Amino acid sequence: MKTKLRYTGLALLGLIAPTILFAQEAATVAAVATPEPTPYIDFGNTAWMIVATALVMLMTIPGLALFYGGLVRQKNVLNILMQCFILTAAITLEWVFFGYSNAFGSSTGALAPFIGGFDWAFLNGIGINDVSPYYISQATARIPHLLFVLFQCMFAVITPALIIGAYAERIKFKGFLIFSLLWAILVYNPVAHWVWSADGWLFKMGALDFAGGTVVHINAGIAALVMTLMIGSRRNYNNHPTAPHNIPLVVIGAALLWFGWFGFNAGSGLAADGLAISAFLATHVATATAAFTWAIIDWSINKKPTVIGICTGAVAGLVAITPAAGFVGVLGAVVIGIIVAVVCFFMVSVVKHKFGYDDSLDAFGVHGIGGILGALLTGFLATPAIQSSYSGLFYGNPKQLWIQLIATVTTVVFSGVMTFILFKIVDKMVGIRATQKEEIAGLDITQHNEMALNAD
Amino acid sequence: MKKIEAIVRKTKFEEVRAALHEADIDFLSWWEVKGQGTARQGLIFRGIAYDVNSVARMYISFVVRDQNVEKSINAILESAYTGESGDGRIFVSDIGESIRIRTKDRGDESLYNK
Repeated sequence: MKTKLRYTGLALLGLIAPTILFAQEAATVAAVATPEPTPYIDFGNTAWMIVATALVMLMTIPGLALFYGGLVRQKNVLNILMQCFILTAAITLEWVFFGYSNAFGSSTGALAPFIGGFDWAFLNGIGINDVSPYYISQATARIPHLLFVLFQCMFAVITPALIIGAYAERIKFKGFLIFSLLWAILVYNPVAHWVWSADGWLFKMGALDFAGGTVVHINAGIAALVMTLMIGSRRNYNNHPTAPHNIPLVVIGAALLWFGWFGFNAGSGLAADGLAISAFLATHVATATAAFTWAIIDWSINKKPTVIGICTGAVAGLVAITPAAGFVGVLGAVVIGIIVAVVCFFMVSVVKHKFGYDDSLDAFGVHGIGGILGALLTGFLATPAIQSSYSGLFYGNPKQLWIQLIATVTTVVFSGVMTFILFKIVDKMVGIRATQKEEIAGLDITQHNEMALNAD
Repeated sequence: MKKIEAIVRKTKFEEVRAALHEADIDFLSWWEVKGQGTARQGLIFRGIAYDVNSVARMYISFVVRDQNVEKSINAILESAYTGESGDGRIFVSDIGESIRIRTKDRGDESLYNK
């Protein structure tokens, strides 16, 4: 009886918590009861966030570029590198032209909870000394608005880049570019708005996504699954992987991803304070746990621990801790690390082969599944010891898990359906799958007229 | 004069080289090759073990005088042998002429070390 009362009480708290959150977090809407000191630009927080922004860019180029690049055959490596590089350039422009405004701006009317408007197109109306309307733990000591724009820009860049792993070695460059741009505009920007914008419907519901488990990883991971299924397997796949052409490159990529992810997660607190360090700690511990666990599983099952294995394990850990980084402590991080290593290992080594789909670089198996796991585990493991307003099921707030589930499922459905539609449209427009001849000769020479190694 | 070519395991190559040195064969070339035969190369990728389409081997080539052919072949046979499938093969072919570039020597003269 006592527990029932306790749960009812906490469920009620869970219901009004979003309203409390909304009042705390929404800085663009004047919904605060008591007058607060004027927000200003804090140089310490700003300095860290400048570095964090650069670290997140490092994750795409060259982190992800080398991680994926080393895993494909030599005749396709330049294609992977080019895809990452051009996305960095193209998505940056899209973001600055109107993407930021759509994702984090406000609109009016029925669409307001789903997508922003064009008020901030070309960053119009944002002065260089304007304070960011978004903050997490530091309500008054904030960063410049433009810095927030830049930080988020790097997230918008890496998300479509993650999908590359699904269709690697068999996509036409024109099809890839048009698809990725449309996806960024029509899938990434809306989902970012839902989860991170003060107007967003998932944000208002209280969905917890500290650094992008839903917005980045589930989003890209599900798109990857759909792309894999629609584009089909590589020519001579036959449920039989091809050896990576350069494993040292994969290691460099993985290490740069781990390094850069500190900007991704620790920077998502938008300040250089205790919460940032907590996120840093959780990130580092979860990744170390996942890497080590994967190596042990690899060792037990295959008699020898592999380098590709431990790198994959580390990336899986990074993905899973992303939504949870600002909500869990060391114990939560270890639990997340172990669970994601076990599940993702099973996904890439057993499930993928059982169903026979060619997710070449395991974009779905690691990012999709890792993201879903991370988002749901946040619903269990979020502890008020880190941020007092947020707690998960294990800390007496079962409602959080339900909210996480809603956020996960809606993102899965939206991303899946939209990716399917975009594939069909772009395929009709310019064709997506490379021809057999192109695939045999290699994408480097057929799409870019370049060869990676020219020993002279 | 005969050309001796051998395909041997990479793991045995240093032994073969040493054995050839013992047999006074100190002028030879080698390159890494991929090939296929009865042996299979197993690897692990992302948690599953699989066979690659090819195996990696070392291809050795050198030219000797007729009287040294058996000595060379035996050196390779003893040092490259493991007993497992995939030890390789030795091929012997005729050579029409041999010339040392530095001294312009021809024939057997060119095959002595100077």
